[in-house]
Parts: sequence; C-alpha cells; structure tokens
Amino acid sequence: MRKHLFEGLIRRPLTETARLPDAAALAELAAGLDHAAQRRLGRSLSIRAVDAGSCNGCELEIQALNNAFYDLERFGLRFVASPRHADVLLVTGPVTKNMREALERTYRATPDPKWVVALGDCALDGGIFAGSYACVGGVASAIPVDLHIHGCPPPPEQILKGLLTLLS
Amino acid sequence: MTTLSELIEMGQLADAHRPWPRVVVAADTWRLAAQELRDGRLTLLGLWGDRRAVHMALHDAAAGIAILSLDCAKGHFPSVGALHPPAIRLERTIRDLFGLEPDGAPDTRAWLDHGNWDVSHPLDGPMQARDRAIAPYVFLPAEGESLHQVAVGPVHAGIIEPGHFRFTAGGETVVRLEERLGYVHKGIERLMEGASLDHAAKLAGRTSGDSTVAYALGFARAAEAALGIDIPPRAHWLRALMAELERLANHFGDIGAICNDAAFPLMQAHCAVLRERVLRAADAGFRHRLMRDCVVPGGVAAELKSGGIAAIRTLFDEVRRRFPALIALYDNTASLQDRTVGAGVLRPELARRFGAGGFVGRASGRVVDARRVPGYAPYGELKFDVPTRTDGDVNARVWIRIREVEQSLGLIDQLLDHLPAGPISTDLARLDRRECVEGAALIEGFRGDILVWLRLSGDGRVERCHLRDPSWFQWPLLEAAIEGNIVADFPLCNKSFNCSYSGHDL
Repeated sequence: MRKHLFEGLIRRPLTETARLPDAAALAELAAGLDHAAQRRLGRSLSIRAVDAGSCNGCELEIQALNNAFYDLERFGLRFVASPRHADVLLVTGPVTKNMREALERTYRATPDPKWVVALGDCALDGGIFAGSYACVGGVASAIPVDLHIHGCPPPPEQILKGLLTLLS
Repeated sequence: MTTLSELIEMGQLADAHRPWPRVVVAADTWRLAAQELRDGRLTLLGLWGDRRAVHMALHDAAAGIAILSLDCAKGHFPSVGALHPPAIRLERTIRDLFGLEPDGAPDTRAWLDHGNWDVSHPLDGPMQARDRAIAPYVFLPAEGESLHQVAVGPVHAGIIEPGHFRFTAGGETVVRLEERLGYVHKGIERLMEGASLDHAAKLAGRTSGDSTVAYALGFARAAEAALGIDIPPRAHWLRALMAELERLANHFGDIGAICNDAAFPLMQAHCAVLRERVLRAADAGFRHRLMRDCVVPGGVAAELKSGGIAAIRTLFDEVRRRFPALIALYDNTASLQDRTVGAGVLRPELARRFGAGGFVGRASGRVVDARRVPGYAPYGELKFDVPTRTDGDVNARVWIRIREVEQSLGLIDQLLDHLPAGPISTDLARLDRRECVEGAALIEGFRGDILVWLRLSGDGRVERCHLRDPSWFQWPLLEAAIEGNIVADFPLCNKSFNCSYSGHDL
C-alpha cells in the first residue's frame, strides 16, 4: 500500500482543467438565483442526488465526477448523504409514479434556499419514457426545477459545466 | 422424472419461433415442468405474461433451451412459485401487469404495482382505469425477543438506484432482510408494444444503463432470430468488442466500489481511473462513453472510428501496467480481506436452485456463461475461460470479477487482432414479410445472462417484448446471503451482488 501512496506523490495528477459554464445555462439560472442567496452559499454547494426512475446511466456519469479526472470537490461541490444537508437536489429519471412521493418528500426535507437540477433527457420531459402509464414525465411535473442538463446520459464534463453555473 | 425433451413432445410446437422451440402445453404439462424445477432437474430462465397466456423459458443440459406456453383463457394458471420459489416474484409481476392469477401462489402481494398507477393490469390489452385500491403492503413477520426493524430507502445515501430494504435485526445481526422493489418501474414493456424495431431497440438500451450494450445486443439478436436473418461477421465482432468493454468498465467500477464499502477508498480511487479510461476509449471508438444505441437490429450503428483501435490499445497498456499492482493491493491488505472473506456467503445449493448467473452464480459454484452455453457469435471463434469458485463470499465475487477482467482483456486482444473486414449491418428494410414471427436470445451481460423474448407483427413492429434481467434470480439470494451478517456489512454484501434496480423494475 505504501508504494501506491508514494506513487501518488510523485506522479502528476490526472485532474483536468474544467471548461467554463455556457451562457445559455447561466441565463436560465439567473432568473432563479438571486444575489443574496448566492452570497449566502459562497462557493460551496452540497448536492443530494435522487434517482427518480433513471436507467442508472446518469448515476454512472455522476459517480464519475468523483474520479481523479474530474475531482468535483476542488470546486466546493460535494455529494451529501441526506437532503437535510443539501443545497441542491440533482434529480435524474422521468419520475416514475412509484418514486413521485419519495421525490416530493426529499424536496420537502431539503432546507431553503434550495435549487433543483434536472439531469438527463428523461428528467426534462420524460424523454423516451414520456407517455407511459408508470411515469409522471419530467422532474418539473413533480417539483420546481431551476436548471436542466441535457444528454443521455450527459458526460461528466457536461454535468460539471452545468453545476458550475450554480457557482458563477 | 420428465426431461425437457419429453415436455416439448407433450406440447404443440408453435411455428415461426426461433432459435429454440416454443410449445403450447396443457396445464398438466405446466405442472409437471414446475415439479421438475422443484426437483432441480431444470433451470428456470424466465417466466412472463402475455395477453391471456404465460410463457416459461427452461433449460436442461440435454435439450438446451425451450419455451413452454400455457393459454389462460380463464385468467389463471397453476402457480410455479408454489413449488419453485424463484418464480414467486415473477408471478407476482405477471399478476400486476396482466391480471392473470397464479393458482396456489404462496405470496399474493403485489410486486411492481405500488398502487400509484391510474390503471390496473397495464399490459392486459387496452388500458383500464384502476378499479380497486391495492392492499397496503405488509412485510413478512420476524418474531423474537428484542428484535428491531431498520427501514432503508427508497432514497439511498449514495448515488445509486432506489429500492427499499427492510431489516429485522437482533442486536447488530440481521435475522431477516426483505426487499421491496418496483420504484423505478417505467412501463418499458408497454412502451415497446407497437414500437418500430429502431425505437424498441432504443428502449431496450435504456432498461439498465450500465448494461446498455448487453440489452441492445439481446434485443437485436432476438429480433434477428425472429426475422431469420444473419448479420455480417464484422458486426458480430464489433458487438463483442463493445460488450467486453462494457464488462471491463463495470467490473472496474464494482471492484473499486466494493473495497470502498469496506472502508478502503484507495482501491476505488485507482479503479475509478481505470473505469474512466475504458469509457474514454469507448467514446473514442464508438462516439459514446457507454456505447448507447451503438448496437442496432441488423448490425451496429456506426463503423469503429479511425483512431478507435489505437485508443483501445493505449488503454490496454495502461491497464496491463496498473491492474496487477491493484490485485496485489487487494490481496495483501489484511484489513480489507478481513471484511470481504467470509462475509455474505451464498451457498452453492441456493445459487443452483435460483439459476443465478454472472459473478453471483460463478462465485458459488455455477459453471454458466451464456457466451458458452447456448453460445453466440463470435465467441465460438475466441479463446476464453469461465472462472468459477465455490466459496461464495464477498471475496469470491471480487475475485471472479478480477479473473473476468483478465479474460475480457484477452478477448479484446483477439477481437482487435482478427477483426474481419466487410459491411457492418444488414438492411432490415428490404425484408418482405407478412407473417407474425417470434424470437428469443440469451446473452451474457456483465451481471449475468439477459433473456429477451419478442413477437413481431407482420408490419415489422413489436407486438410483445419481454426483457429478463439477471437480477431477478440474484436479488432474492441477497436476502439469504445477508442472514447472520451485521447490518453494517449490508452495503458491502449488496455491492458485491450489484443487482440492477432499473433492469428488474422495467
């Protein structure tokens, strides 16, 4: 184990420079994020991920944000285990009817001020699952959404760009 | 004793079902098959509903695979679960989705239907508004002095899928775990009905995100079997290349995550780097990190990008350089071994009874791999081993993954070295067909064998498609494996199974 730890000291880090968030996402968010709230958050955000019926593809790419290449925590963004510790809910999936109540209760358990980011194409409007008897169809049909990140699933770089708009 | 061949002879062979026979049987034969399952002479590969019918896929070494069908004009059928417990949840699902009653079923609680849909029995013909409320869900009892319950989920603490676990514990020791699933039921099989082949393939690829290649492959193979077409050799090889890359990525992720749940994040940090490199190589070769929508009925969607082979070769050098040191790290860290050895033991007898596939089955003595039996192109032309163990604990499931990583590396090497030239797909639009056809496929995803069964109408649309995730026969085994372990070891045991929620819930 010592060898691995030592190598970690002498090898160059794998972590890559992140790209800046795009203007469209910034504009979408500006409406919902007032200046005072932004000051209160500083440059630190706690994120709670909620799978509301995703195929698990989005979860895999969210998890990838924690690997050495993206190293999410260097931006002050971190995933927390409870909605009570969270500033942001990161919601994936078309919101299945069987997950709707759990999602709403998670939202209510998150203290104000809070933001909701809908991640992935099916979180936007149900995507390929839209119209199913078992889906509500889009996160916005269950709880208010502040930001969408598109993709099926969005690659980690895209997710990172989206989340960074919350801090810009 | 009745063999599968004898069961097949008792029924009436359905025409236009490929590649295995499907026979329509009488209720007596259906019961006989259930008895054979109970006595361990047959393996249950799947049990699913249809409009006023049920189907059961069976396997035995002599006859291979066959599908028995029973017409249920009166809306009920003899329960298989009454004799063979692995069928219980499948029958609860059939009841929820089709309204067909399994007579004599030991568990009559709903499974996927939590009472939140506006309709009842959504797959039974035209949608009907729900006629009655569903009974409140009652968990199985556990009685004894000073027992307490711990309820976990559906929203979990990590970045994982939702499901509910109800633990009954005496002190720290789990005396009963009961799973409740169905939270991510999206109604995929209903959305498939009437869908074009292309659209249905996309849906299949979104059944379980980590197995998107495997599901797309299973669907494509079933459709090609139904249509009776063969695809160019290069398409087979490119599909296998994607499937092995997917297996690599998932196994790296799992090995790291299991160690992380044993409080050893160093392994995860290193494995996550390897996983990321696989996904980047996949992106370089196939334009998508998870290779979604790359396998389509008729072949593959796009040619391997120039530079793709070079990217995969570079990945290989990296993995060959780094992975052996990680295996040594896993093997030589006593505090880590202390957690994984002897935890969550799954007895081989139980794994056999449930027909468990993948690393869950192979770590508990099952020598199964759909790439070998029934086998499919191009694996017949490639050399690989199917690693197995009999100790059945978390450690064994980690080692199976490690060995499978090595096998996949060998396979990818062979695939790149001998990749045949030629076209990458067959044009399905040129097929002129009028009749209804059926097909099935069994393929090996990283988690185990995925069964896809479908019926296509004369105009080439999907009439009915059933997708059976390997997790159906692994989730119940987790309940058994956790017994006698401490609650705090559940995440570790659970991760070593890594069953799919979305693939199971459909």
